[in-house]
Amino acid sequence: MTLTLENLQKSYGSLPVLDHCSFSFSSGRIYCLMGPSGSGKTTLFRILMGLEPADGGSIRFEPSSPEFSAVFQEDRLCETFSPVENLRFVLGKSVSREDIRRELSLLLPEESLSRPVFTLSGGMKRRTAICRAMTAHSDLIIMDEPFTGLDEDTKKLVIEYIKSRQRGRLLIVSTHQEEDVELLGGELVRMERLRAAAPRS
Amino acid sequence: MEPFRMTRKILILLFWTLLWQAASMMVGNSILLTGPADVLKTLASLAVTADFWKTIACSSGKIILGFFLAFAAGLLAGTAAFRLSLLKELLAPVISLMKSIPVASFVILALIWIGSENLCIFISFLVVLPMIYVNTLAGLESTDPKLLEMADVFGVPFLRRIRFLYLPALLPYLVSGCRVALGMSIKSGVAAEVIGTPAWSIGKQLYLSKTWLDTSSLFAWTLVIIAVSAVFERLALFLLDRIPCGTPYKEEAK
Repeated sequence: MTLTLENLQKSYGSLPVLDHCSFSFSSGRIYCLMGPSGSGKTTLFRILMGLEPADGGSIRFEPSSPEFSAVFQEDRLCETFSPVENLRFVLGKSVSREDIRRELSLLLPEESLSRPVFTLSGGMKRRTAICRAMTAHSDLIIMDEPFTGLDEDTKKLVIEYIKSRQRGRLLIVSTHQEEDVELLGGELVRMERLRAAAPRS
Repeated sequence: MEPFRMTRKILILLFWTLLWQAASMMVGNSILLTGPADVLKTLASLAVTADFWKTIACSSGKIILGFFLAFAAGLLAGTAAFRLSLLKELLAPVISLMKSIPVASFVILALIWIGSENLCIFISFLVVLPMIYVNTLAGLESTDPKLLEMADVFGVPFLRRIRFLYLPALLPYLVSGCRVALGMSIKSGVAAEVIGTPAWSIGKQLYLSKTWLDTSSLFAWTLVIIAVSAVFERLALFLLDRIPCGTPYKEEAK
């Protein structure tokens, strides 16, 4: 699958957030978007996922529109559900409870799997959200600053997990640390590069 | 702790009952202020007659029928208005009008339209409908938009969203709406019966108490209304509690 952006534009009022952005992403690879806060990473993700319309330009998915999964900047977990139930909410009955538990236990301590999410630490919530995105059936995985709140060791564990579960899918991650790009073995894409690549009309 | 709290409650109840009895003895006129002993005596003499139970069954049956019809209509209209903002705007003046028109005006109008027999069904319906509508709308609107976006991105099926996102947000509003609406429907339903005096109605009994200046009977029927109200509130909350929604965590913990 390829995802092509052409002259993508978005402004909030008079403030341009995405200014003629163009780029091409391909399946099986990891792209790490970097740029200062307010450079439009989250806005780009929201437009890609269809949560917001662009003001101009186009997004092309080839051969067809993909299924998405995502790690949002906030975890967006159902707080009264356990991590197991949060995954089940997204996966339905297509994956057994035992398989969900096995998957989650790669990132979380066993005792936390059945506790309601509001009793978990920030890092545990983050890992639940990451596990949910990687386990869900999708062609394109979007992660908006997924490593915020994770200590170094946990981050390495999580990155290994992400790489092992990528399975040929397209993964776009936004981050503020170049080290993450190396650990992920991804391609660094600075937000400015999206703009520079744009053929202006 | 629990038995002590219960004892305290009984003692408090006893205190006020004794005070009531003392006040009525001081007044010394059962028309002005009847005592709890007289009320209980009247209630006991009423309770052995079949007419008493038939009156309660007819009255509360009609009022509760009005309540359930309004509950269903309010829930449907609230959900539809949540989905269609035009409908929400269209209904807004009607709902505010329904909330602000005094029950007495409705009763007179309803007497002309539908007569006295089914008056309290209609009145109970009119009083409950705006409350359930407003609470349904507010409850659905309180669903976390961020979780709805998440469900959109992951392509979570609609029925699962209803059960795990919309219903948990809606239920607390619906429960509090039901509590208020049930009390209001029974009170306004009986008030309508007092004006319309249909056969086999609690309202007619209250009207007769007024005619005969029978304060004991008035108080006895008032106790009946309070009891009916409490029973139906429990029943409604029990039914609402049975709705399967949200919190699969609880299911797992059971």
